[in-house]
Amino acid sequence: MSDIAQTGFSFDATPTMHNDDPGKAISGFWLFMMSDLIIFSLFFATYATMLTPMSIAGGPGPKDILELRSAAFETGALLTSTFTFGLASLAIAHGRGRAQAMGWLLVTLALGLVFLGLEGREFARLLDIGAVPQRSGYLSALWGLVPLHGLHVTAGVIWLTILLVQMGTQGVTGRVRAGAARLALFWHFLDLIWIGIFSVVYLGGLA
Amino acid sequence: MTSQELWSLALGRLDVDALDFLKAFYAPSENDDILSGAAWVVILGAVTVVALLTIFRAWRPLFRDWLTSVDHKKIGVMYIVLAMVMLVRGVLEGVVMRAQQADGLTGGFLSANHFGQLFSTHGTIMVLFMAMPFLTGLINIVVPLQIGARDVSFPMLNSVSLGFTTAGAALIMISLVIGEFSTGGWTAYPPYTGRVFQPGVGPDYWLWAVILSGVGSTLTGINFVVTIYKERAPGMGFMQMPMFTWTALCTAIMMIFAMPAVTVSSAMLVLDRYLGFHFFTNDLGGNMMNYANIFWLFGHPEVYILVLPAFGVYSEVASTFSGKRLYGYGSLVAATMVIALLSFTVWLHHFFTMGQSADVNAAFGIATMLIGVPTGVKIYDWMATLFRGRIRFTVPVIYLLAFMMLFVLGGLTGILLANPAVDFQVHNTLFLVAHFHNMLIPGVLFGLFAGYTYWFPKIFGFRLNEVWGRIAAFNWIAGFMLAFFPLYVVGAMGMTRRTMAYAEPAFQIWFHIAGVGAALLTAGLASLCVQLWVSIRNREQTRDIGGDPWDGRTLEWATPSPVPEYNFAVIPRVHSREAFASAKAAGAGYPEPASYADIDLPGPTWTGLVMAIFGTTLGFGLIWYMWWLAALSFAVIAVTLIGRAIRGDRHPRVIPAAEVAAEHRAWLARIRALPAAPRTQERSPANRGMAAPEYRDLRP
Ligand code: HEM
Ligand SMILES: [Cu+2]
Repeated sequence: MSDIAQTGFSFDATPTMHNDDPGKAISGFWLFMMSDLIIFSLFFATYATMLTPMSIAGGPGPKDILELRSAAFETGALLTSTFTFGLASLAIAHGRGRAQAMGWLLVTLALGLVFLGLEGREFARLLDIGAVPQRSGYLSALWGLVPLHGLHVTAGVIWLTILLVQMGTQGVTGRVRAGAARLALFWHFLDLIWIGIFSVVYLGGLA
Repeated sequence: MTSQELWSLALGRLDVDALDFLKAFYAPSENDDILSGAAWVVILGAVTVVALLTIFRAWRPLFRDWLTSVDHKKIGVMYIVLAMVMLVRGVLEGVVMRAQQADGLTGGFLSANHFGQLFSTHGTIMVLFMAMPFLTGLINIVVPLQIGARDVSFPMLNSVSLGFTTAGAALIMISLVIGEFSTGGWTAYPPYTGRVFQPGVGPDYWLWAVILSGVGSTLTGINFVVTIYKERAPGMGFMQMPMFTWTALCTAIMMIFAMPAVTVSSAMLVLDRYLGFHFFTNDLGGNMMNYANIFWLFGHPEVYILVLPAFGVYSEVASTFSGKRLYGYGSLVAATMVIALLSFTVWLHHFFTMGQSADVNAAFGIATMLIGVPTGVKIYDWMATLFRGRIRFTVPVIYLLAFMMLFVLGGLTGILLANPAVDFQVHNTLFLVAHFHNMLIPGVLFGLFAGYTYWFPKIFGFRLNEVWGRIAAFNWIAGFMLAFFPLYVVGAMGMTRRTMAYAEPAFQIWFHIAGVGAALLTAGLASLCVQLWVSIRNREQTRDIGGDPWDGRTLEWATPSPVPEYNFAVIPRVHSREAFASAKAAGAGYPEPASYADIDLPGPTWTGLVMAIFGTTLGFGLIWYMWWLAALSFAVIAVTLIGRAIRGDRHPRVIPAAEVAAEHRAWLARIRALPAAPRTQERSPANRGMAAPEYRDLRP
C-alpha cells in the first residue's frame, strides 16, 4: 500500500466515459429540481406574508374568491395523472411493449390537459369577478404562485408530447427511456408542489 | 395606421432621444460629453474588433475554434475574456466616480442621474459580469484537469451558460449606447425601481441582464456539481480532491441554491413593472421588505460564491510556491463547507435598520460574526502552509500576502458592522463601501489575478511577464489602500454612500487621497494590459514545454501545455492527494501508459452562440417593448434547445488511439530531453516547464 501511495497516480485505469450517460443527466435533473424548488418556496413564502390585511388592501381575500370545488377536481386530475405516469414508467421498466407505455402516457397527457383546462377556467372566473393581480398585493401573490405551477405543467405537457412523438417514431430506445425517467421525476415533482398549493392556498385559505 | 403607430409597433418606445452617442452634438455639456464619449468608445471598440477580425481573416477560425467549441478550456478562456472587458469598464467607472467625489465639494462635473447610473452599472458589472465570469472561467479551465476528467458532464450546457451570461453583459454594454441604465444601485430596491419612480428603460436593462446571467449561473452550478461528483478519475475520493476543486464544488452548490432567489425577486419586479402587479409597490398592499429579504437571500451567499474560489486559488498558490503540502487540508475542507452553509443564515444583516426587533437583529448579528471563525481557520492554515516553506516571491505569492493582511483588516471591519448597534451608526455610509471593497478587491479580485497568472501557462503554453506582473500587483495593492482606506474615515464621519457631492470641507482631503488611489488603480489596470502584450511578444523566452513551470502538485500540471483538447492521453488512476507531487517524488511523474484507447469527444455546436445572440435580442425586445422581437427570439431559443434535446450531439468525434499515442509519446520524448530547472531559476528563461527534484514535504 505504501509504495502505491508514493506513486501518486498511474495509467492503469479502465474508465468508461460516455458523453450522453443517462445517470449524469438524471443527477443534473435532480439538481435542477432543487433549484426549482427554491423558486417555488420563495413564491410560497411571499404568498404567506401577503395574507395580511395590509396586503389584501381592502380587496377580496381568499374566502371571497376561492372555491374548493374546482380546485378539488384539479387535484383529482393531477393526482390521477401522476398515478398513470407511474404505470407508464412500470410498463417501460418491465418491457411491456410500446403500446402499453404510450397508452398510459396518453392518459397522463389527457389528464394534464384537463388540469390545465380547469385551472384556466378558474382563473378566467377570477378575472371576471375582478380579482385581478393589479388589485392588491395578496392577489399579486396568488397570481404569481398558482399560474407559475400551471406554466410548469404546460412545459411538462409539451415535453410529454415530444416524448410521445419520439416513442412513436423511434420506439423505446435508451434515449427515450432516459427522457421518460426525467419527465417522470418532473411530473411527480409538480404533483408535490400542487399538494402544497392545494393545502396552503385552498384548504388553508378557506379554513 | 398612422406612421407613429407603425413606429411603435416596430420599435416600441425607442426614439432618437435614446441614442446617447448623439447627445454631445445637440446637448453639449460636460456631463453629456462624458456620456456620449463612453457610448462612442463602445461603438468604436465594436467596430475595431470587427475590422481586425476581417483584416486578419479571423472570422472562420473564431467561429470554428472558439464560439462553437464545447471544450471546457476554451469556454473558460472566453469567460475570462468577457470578464476582462467588463473589468476595464467597471474600473474606469469606479475611477470616474472617485474623480467626481474628489471634486464633490464644489458639486463636481456629473449630473446626479449620471452618477446614479455609474454606481449602478459599476456594482452590477463588477459582481455579476466581472467576478462571476472570471471565477466561472477559472473553474471551467481548472476543475476538469484537477480531477482527471476529459470534460465537464454537460459540455453543450456549458456553452449555453456562457451564452446567457454573455447576453446579460451585452445588454449592459448596449445600455451605454441606447437608452439609460437604472439608477437604483446593484441591489435595485423597489419601490424606487418600480414603474412609478422610474418608468423608463433603466431598471428593465438591469432586470433582464440579471435574469439572463442568473439562469446561466444556475446551469453552471448544476454542471459543476455533477462534474465533480461523477467525473473524478478512478481512485480520487472526495478527500483526495485538490483544494481548488473543493471550493469550486461549494461555490457550484451555492449557485444552485442562491441564484434562484435573485431570479424570483427579479421576476416579481418584472411583473410589477410590466403588468402592474403589487409585490413591492407603495400602494395597494405591496411590501418592499419581501424584495429585501429575497434579494439578500441571494446577495449574501453571492459574496461567498465569489470569494470561495479565490480561497481555492490561494490554497493552491500557498502550497505550490512554498514547496509544501497544504497545511490542515481537512480543516480547510470543513471550513469551506461551514462557510457555504452559514452564508445562507445571515442575509438580514443587510437591513438591520429596517425595523425588525432587537432580538432578531441580535440573532443575525451573532450568526454573522460566526462566519469569522471558519475564515480565521483558513487564514491560519495558509500561514502554517507558508511557515518554514521555501517561499518563492512570484506574482501570485505577492497577491497572496497582500490578501492575507488586507483581508483580515476587511474581515475585522465586517465584524464591527455585524454588531447591529454599530451598524445603526455607519449603515449606508462610505464605511460600508470601504468594507466591502476591502473584501472584494484583496479577497476576490487579487485571487482571480493570482489564478490568472498561475494557470496562464497551462492554457497558452508560456508564462506571463514577471516584471509587469509585479508592477501591476504593486499598483493594485497600493492603489487599493489609498483609494479605500480614506473611505473608512469619511464614512465614520457620516458621508453617505451613493452620494455625488457634499458640503463638509473636512471630507475633501480624504477624497483627494482616494483620488490618488484611483489613479494608481488605473495604472494597475494599464499594467495588466501591457503585461499581456509584452508576454505575448516575448513568449519564446517563457515557453512552458514540459507543462510544469511551478513544480505543481496537482494533476493539471501532469499534462502538456497547452493542454490537448482531450486533456489526458489516458485517464489517470489516482492513489493520493497532491497526486502529481507524490508521483514526482517517487520519480514517476511522467509514466508511460501500457496502452492507449480511442477517445470520444463531444462535437461543436451552435447552441451556445444562438443563446448569446437571441438572448440579447430577447432582452432588448422586452426592454424596449418590441414585442415581435421578443417573441421571435424566444421562439428561436426554445426551438433550438428542444431541437438539440431531441437530436442529441450529431457530430461527436473520435480521436483514434494511434493519434493519441503518437502525440503523447512525442511529448514524453520532448520532456526527457528538457533540462530540469531548479526553483532558483523559476522566473528565468531556463524554466522550460520541467521541475528539478527538490526538497518536498511529503509526510503523509
Ligand atoms: C478597482 C477599482 C474600484 C474602484 C475605484 C471602485 C469604486 C467604487 C465607487 C466610487 C463606488 C460608489 C460608492 C458610493 O456608493 O458612493 C463603488 C461601488 C461599488 N463597487 Fe466598486 N470600485 C472598484 C472595484 C470594485 C470591485 C472589484 C467590485 C466587486 C467585485 C466592486 C463592487 C462594487 C459594488 C457592489 C458597489 C455598490 C454599488 C451600489 O451602490 O449599488 N467594486 N465602487
Ligand atoms: Cu452579507
